[in-house]
Amino acid sequence: MAVTNRDQELVVTVSPHVRSDESTAKIMWTVTLSLLPAFAMSVYYFGPRAVYVTALSILGCLFSEWLVQKMAGREITLSDGSAFLTGLLLGMNMPSSVPFYIPLVSAFVAVAITKQLFGGLGYNIFNPALIGRAFALITWPRAMTTWFTPTAAFVAMDAKTTATPLGILKEEGMHKLLEVFGDKMTLYYQLLIGHRAGSLGETSVIAILIGAAFLLYKRYISLHIPLSFLATVAVLTWVFGGKEGLFTGDPIVHLLSGGLMLGAFYMATDYVTCPSVKTGQIIFGIGCGALTALIRLKAGYPEGVMFAILLMNCFTPLIDRNLKTKVFGARKEAAK
Amino acid sequence: MEHQEEKVSYLQLIKNGVFKENTIFRLVISLCPSIAVTNSVRNGFLLGVAVLFVQTMVNTTVALLRRFIHPRIRIPIFMLVISGWVSVVDMVMAAYARAAYKEIGLYIQIIVAFASILARAEMFASKNRPLAAFFDGFGSGLGFLVALVIISFFRELLGKGSLWGFQIIEAKPLLIMIMPAGGFIAVGLLMGFFNWIDIRFYGGKGAGGASGH
Repeated sequence: MAVTNRDQELVVTVSPHVRSDESTAKIMWTVTLSLLPAFAMSVYYFGPRAVYVTALSILGCLFSEWLVQKMAGREITLSDGSAFLTGLLLGMNMPSSVPFYIPLVSAFVAVAITKQLFGGLGYNIFNPALIGRAFALITWPRAMTTWFTPTAAFVAMDAKTTATPLGILKEEGMHKLLEVFGDKMTLYYQLLIGHRAGSLGETSVIAILIGAAFLLYKRYISLHIPLSFLATVAVLTWVFGGKEGLFTGDPIVHLLSGGLMLGAFYMATDYVTCPSVKTGQIIFGIGCGALTALIRLKAGYPEGVMFAILLMNCFTPLIDRNLKTKVFGARKEAAK
Repeated sequence: MEHQEEKVSYLQLIKNGVFKENTIFRLVISLCPSIAVTNSVRNGFLLGVAVLFVQTMVNTTVALLRRFIHPRIRIPIFMLVISGWVSVVDMVMAAYARAAYKEIGLYIQIIVAFASILARAEMFASKNRPLAAFFDGFGSGLGFLVALVIISFFRELLGKGSLWGFQIIEAKPLLIMIMPAGGFIAVGLLMGFFNWIDIRFYGGKGAGGASGH
């Protein structure tokens, strides 16, 4: 819409003047790309089952998206990558041993019910991948908590079931965890590289951090939510986590285990379901952290990241409404 | 006050209660019991029958008394009538259906507070002749009963693999369906389905209107 006055060489355009080549599709596919290290580690530790479960989940999500959009007469938006990303995250949040129908049904719940029935991308209240996982955990509690020891090789097929580090910590305490892993440094190291039982993509903290660093560098996510989330968990588990009294907990174990890293960097920072105001994001992160610590230390489940983020998703509209910036020059509302 | 009379047939009134103004799927009121008791078909059916009875009797009583009720205090009077009939159902169930009463007794007593019952008394029975009010209450109660049975059919079948307590499938396909969360999912999906039917075949606009509990 450029109107050019040739005599004066004056170019008049309407705003916006600054354009960016970012698009939803580009962001989604970049986030997907950044999950590759974590996915690679899951294949390394859990073998072909990791590919199988993740692929089923992705296919389920793509099919559900296509089906609902077709039925509702909406535009088919498979290429924007959001369904693919949901499927990838959902698959990475499952144990390696789940039977085939769990990823498929969860994918349908995640995309068709949580996302499309609420109006599609951008209208969902809850994080689709997490609802899919919550649905699976509640519906098939046994299958969803049967963890296998990572084999770190394609050859070893005699996988053994075991508990996750958080499960051991909850049921038997720190001494048992040290018994299993050796000394403290080995424990930290194993947790960091991800040689432990757990959901496919959550185990390898280092791989998740590499992906997250890439996203931070691209400025697709900011540190507000992850940092406040992790800091809150660390402080609360340090203060209240120990069996011997206050300030005896081990925050490092809590930070490195469970789905905390994956949740803090990839789930809690979902654009649609987290607050858009920066101060709101910090409140959101603190809320997630407090609920996670509460569930891990006091509730029935050993891990609480998923429920914490879902619960805080409910508060997102409330946080945004109360913290949104005033429009410049707008008149104040009359005092009530 | 009496202008609505004789315009519609009694069958029309019943159909209206079951389809056009279905308590749960169209008016979206009394959702609390529709989730709380529908984890088995038997409980859903029994509560539905209780509501059907209370709704019919309340409507008839209110219509009979409509000339004696002062408009300013009509709501307390309606509540008295409702609680009277609920007490009847409550005592009869406590005496003759002990097992079921243990499970859904609380919800029988809570029928007093169902928005649907008061709504029909206020909207229809207080303005119409007893016979019309009787059929309106019957239709509305039947609509509630049908809705509860449909919801509990899916929830019990999917959540427990059984129907009316008889095991149909050996497994428990979707455990979440007998939990409250599953109840909300079931009600939401069924409501969407009936909206779709309404829009697709009858040119309606889908369910809207006030929500209650």
